[in-house]
Amino acid sequence: MRFDTPATTNPIDQLKIIGKPTDRIDGPLKTTGAAPYAYERHDVVPNQAYGHVVGAAIAKGRITSMDLAAARRAPGVLAIVTAENAGRLAKGNLNTATLLGGPEIEHYHQAIAVVVAESFEQARAAAQLIRVDYVRAAGRFDLAAVKDSGRPAPLFSGPADTAVGDFADAFAAAPVQLDATYTTPDQAHAMMEPHASIAAWDGDRLTLWTSNQMIDWTTGELAKTLGIAKEKVRLISPFIGGGFGGKLFLRADALLAALGARAAGRPVKVALPRPLMFNNTTHRPATIQRLRIGATREGRITAIGHESWSGDLPGGKPEAAVQQTRLLYAGANRLTTTRLAELDLAEGNAMRAPGEAPGLMALEIAIDEMAEKLGLDPIEFRILNDTKVDPEKPDRPFSQRNLTQCLRLGAERFGWSRRSARPGQHREGRWLLGMGVAAAYRGAPVETSGARIRLDGSGMVTVETDMTDIGTGSYTIIGQTAAEMMGVPLDKVVVRLGDSSFPVSAGSGGQWGANSATAGVYAACVKLREAVAQKLGFNAAEVVFADGEVRSGNRRVPLAEAAGESGLLAEDRMEYGDLDKRYQQGTFAAQFIEAGVDAATGEIRVRRMLSVCDAGRILNPKTARSQVIGGMTMGVGAALMEELVVDKRLGFFVNHDLAGYEVPVHADIPHQEVIFLDEADPTTSPMKAKGVAELGICGIGAAVANAIHNATGLRVRDYPITLDKLLDRLPAVG
Amino acid sequence: MRPFTYERARSPAEAVAAATRTPGARFIAGGTNLLDLMKLEIEAPAHLIDVNGLALDSIETTPEGGLRIGALVRNTDLAADARVRRDYVLLSRALLAGASGQLRNRATTAGNLLQRTRCPYFYDTNMPCNKRQPGSGCAAIGGFSRQHAVLGTSEACIATHPSDMAVAMRALDAVVETVRADGAARSIPIAEFHRLPGDSPQMETVLAPGELITAVTLPRPVGGRQIYRKVRDRASYAFALVSVGAIIQRDGSGRVALGGVAHKPWRVEAAEAELPRGAKAVADRLLAGARPTQENAFKLPLVERTLGAVLAEARGG
Amino acid sequence: MPKLTLTVNGASHELALDTRTTLLDALREHLHLTGTKKGCDHGQCGACTVIVDGRRINACLTLAVMHEGASVTTIEGLGRPEAPHPMQAAFVKHDGYQCGYCTPGQVCSAVAVLDEIKAGIPSHASADLAASPQVTAAELRERMSGNICRCGAYSNIVDAITEVAGRQA
Repeated sequence: MRFDTPATTNPIDQLKIIGKPTDRIDGPLKTTGAAPYAYERHDVVPNQAYGHVVGAAIAKGRITSMDLAAARRAPGVLAIVTAENAGRLAKGNLNTATLLGGPEIEHYHQAIAVVVAESFEQARAAAQLIRVDYVRAAGRFDLAAVKDSGRPAPLFSGPADTAVGDFADAFAAAPVQLDATYTTPDQAHAMMEPHASIAAWDGDRLTLWTSNQMIDWTTGELAKTLGIAKEKVRLISPFIGGGFGGKLFLRADALLAALGARAAGRPVKVALPRPLMFNNTTHRPATIQRLRIGATREGRITAIGHESWSGDLPGGKPEAAVQQTRLLYAGANRLTTTRLAELDLAEGNAMRAPGEAPGLMALEIAIDEMAEKLGLDPIEFRILNDTKVDPEKPDRPFSQRNLTQCLRLGAERFGWSRRSARPGQHREGRWLLGMGVAAAYRGAPVETSGARIRLDGSGMVTVETDMTDIGTGSYTIIGQTAAEMMGVPLDKVVVRLGDSSFPVSAGSGGQWGANSATAGVYAACVKLREAVAQKLGFNAAEVVFADGEVRSGNRRVPLAEAAGESGLLAEDRMEYGDLDKRYQQGTFAAQFIEAGVDAATGEIRVRRMLSVCDAGRILNPKTARSQVIGGMTMGVGAALMEELVVDKRLGFFVNHDLAGYEVPVHADIPHQEVIFLDEADPTTSPMKAKGVAELGICGIGAAVANAIHNATGLRVRDYPITLDKLLDRLPAVG
Repeated sequence: MRPFTYERARSPAEAVAAATRTPGARFIAGGTNLLDLMKLEIEAPAHLIDVNGLALDSIETTPEGGLRIGALVRNTDLAADARVRRDYVLLSRALLAGASGQLRNRATTAGNLLQRTRCPYFYDTNMPCNKRQPGSGCAAIGGFSRQHAVLGTSEACIATHPSDMAVAMRALDAVVETVRADGAARSIPIAEFHRLPGDSPQMETVLAPGELITAVTLPRPVGGRQIYRKVRDRASYAFALVSVGAIIQRDGSGRVALGGVAHKPWRVEAAEAELPRGAKAVADRLLAGARPTQENAFKLPLVERTLGAVLAEARGG
Repeated sequence: MPKLTLTVNGASHELALDTRTTLLDALREHLHLTGTKKGCDHGQCGACTVIVDGRRINACLTLAVMHEGASVTTIEGLGRPEAPHPMQAAFVKHDGYQCGYCTPGQVCSAVAVLDEIKAGIPSHASADLAASPQVTAAELRERMSGNICRCGAYSNIVDAITEVAGRQA
């Protein structure tokens, strides 16, 4: 099915099941521990051995020798795979560094061996017996030091640089100016389930039970890396313990399980040890961002410039931090630039809202600073510079854009009128209190996505697609979509996900999953409805599917009967025309924070949080709300604590465990409020939906920063905002 | 984790005898720190002596009116004990500020005192660390040292002691009771229990090989306002950047101990004489001789400011 | 290999294990009770929380061999998909989870936390050590802080626990 004109009325608009706050259909499994994750599949293949991954001890250089003798002799050891004995391996198109390093070492903790043994304890102990000699090479580890060597690097959404009008002249001429530089640190996905895989070979066919967001990509990448046909590889990933972009790609666990299993002649399971993950896998790259904004005295932006620098391994990609600045505010003279320098740290890549999350952390403080300079309320300043068209291409409208409504509604609900424009005015006991706001923006991309639907003789509808549920609620919204389309209750739908033998879906990433995958299911359901109608001799255009029946005029046939004993099967995918070129499709939010800063110690605690979201039709307000609060929580982490600390001498992320890399805990997060405007967008798909999974994080970092400023009068432009950055400017104690 | 043999000891005498008999033996109680380190082979005992069955898990009132806390009393139980909550508020508060509910259910009084540092370079066996591998150097010096010590450091080591409980014990003048390999018992004042790193940071306490902690004794309650203030980035389940444990009497006299600033809980009795003159005067004495790094220099004003807040709170402000 | 007897969810198991095997790996790899999760294996996340002899602990930081004769309750012992524990049902109702990986640990902790409050065990959030702790949001957040949820379901988890606590009261 092709979607190339805005949707008109369709069966989804009945909203009998879609749009209802629905418990997750996978909830009973997940809450009772019965949902099987990758490393736990004792049921799928017997005789599993254990692989333990060894990471490089240096950041850059060369292995001169590896002594495996002691490890080979260790009890229970079945095989040891290194780059030397692994056979020829290609590098996946989506990997920057090789997954099995050696002799060249590209980054710290790059995998250099997997030890396979009978037991986990034996594999781990034997891995420690491998002796490796290295020759270190000089590496580049300091973004600030190398940023000026950066080259223009295109973003996934557009070119490296854009320019409209004459930024330099307009900025120089602006009566009110801001020129400030912000930094965001490297961050870790730190999903709770480590990267894990079980690999089993059957002749030349490989089955991999794994934890991966993108089944089709990774099937191809694993085949390519191993030099075998894609058809020989099957991936199965029905439950994924979090991803956030960290499981978009083939990683070392999967490759080394496959190699270990081949070498040992047995199925092998591998999980990356938590302390290895931070330097072995991908992370969100640090940025340095310069914002220049010029405005009239009335507060109309006349010039806006955003330059961003980030680093990655040679051949890597930039952090697209300027992305939203191309779209968020009006202004005739504009400039964005993206520079990418080479760094020899682990590979930088996508993490929840890549680009926008760090970009808005900078832009939305800058907007707050401008409002302050102008003497304007930061909400009014944003509304004054709202736009209904793509500011770089004014003949291209947003399909929908209700940012102003989000800001106004949020201000009312949050009690914004109680905020003092002058900072440092509210104190409650030891706490200095402040409120902050930020706008959030994230694109609403759609991707081709397929599904297969079976209607059986008992009236059950089974959906199969290689779509994944990484906590997003895919199982449930896909079930809701099929139920709505086929006119059956949700408990008559079985959803099967995450298997490369199912039709290829959009997968989970870029907050495209919900809309794309359900649209693919919609397409398959349309086909199934046609098949049912045809079988019954009904006119497909008039047929109604409701209450487990197919109706046409005064004829009604139960679905089970229509399916017959052999059942009916339909498969289709949704493909897209150029609506996303004709319209800028995006999601918007206004995010509000009240923060307290301890007047003595500078400790910062978030007290209230609200997001008002404009993100198309909300397919399931319960799971969508969870996506948003999850983003908000991660945003608090980004604002206040998350930082992969680079040792610029030794070239690695030092705090590489969950004690050192702090993410928010329960005590950091207050009750969270989310409001959805819930307005269907007919340009995005027949579902009229958009994503929300990444929107929730986008404005929180800056909203927290702005709340801290409002509480204390102190502006911190380097994240995370920790007490040591406030301490010397806080009022005297006592 | 290297292979090891395992036995359960039934009495302190049996435990220390086993430790003497078996090379490379270690006692294990809660295991929350030792196993963590064994998985990384930072600790690699050849033999584990499980002391959980030693019946050292009661809290008794001493003839002097203090408390004798068995070495195996779990952190949860110690914090929840009615006598501790009434008379040694500082101890209860310090315990509750540490770790998580799960860890406190397992971690013991003795084990808490024996916690090893959380220095990330100590935890990464690819990195030089004099504490882990004497003579290999210290990667924290000149590296990421935001959480490290500012007091009592050496050229060999700038690690901190991570315990909250020990800070309270220091302020309360606790005494560590042990039994040595030869069966002799001894009492070690908490002030003398932990060592500064000097040129042998691998030695963290004055315990001899095979010496077993049997109890920690607290003197009679000293009253006063007892406040434990732990400062950290995350609101819970995080180690202290600095912590201040204070016991302030109605007449303004009192005691102050610091956590997160040194290789041991930090207390300078002479500084306490300055309490009537306020936080700055006390902090100046407490922090005399501090040698912070660029990254942890903030701990000095943080100590003073936190102490100021604590003293204000003690005054009822 | 040392032998031991463990009672898990009411059933007695004889095990012969490597001394190095943690309680967590004994459950997951030997008894195939994979509901208890391994998130970090270092006591830094809480995904492995189980209840041993009535108390929640991190199963990753204790050796199986140290628990001879112990009684262990795991997530599987609290309830099943078709017959969930009230806490499990409340997590579903309040969407107190997303990816599901920290969830068994959160649920086990939540059940134990309510018992701890009932038993009068104080927390860092208890304003008055002399008073009995109450089920407040601040108490729950502090006590649950040893269970990290990277998906960020905290706000919903506290709602779920609060509801169960209210029903118990």
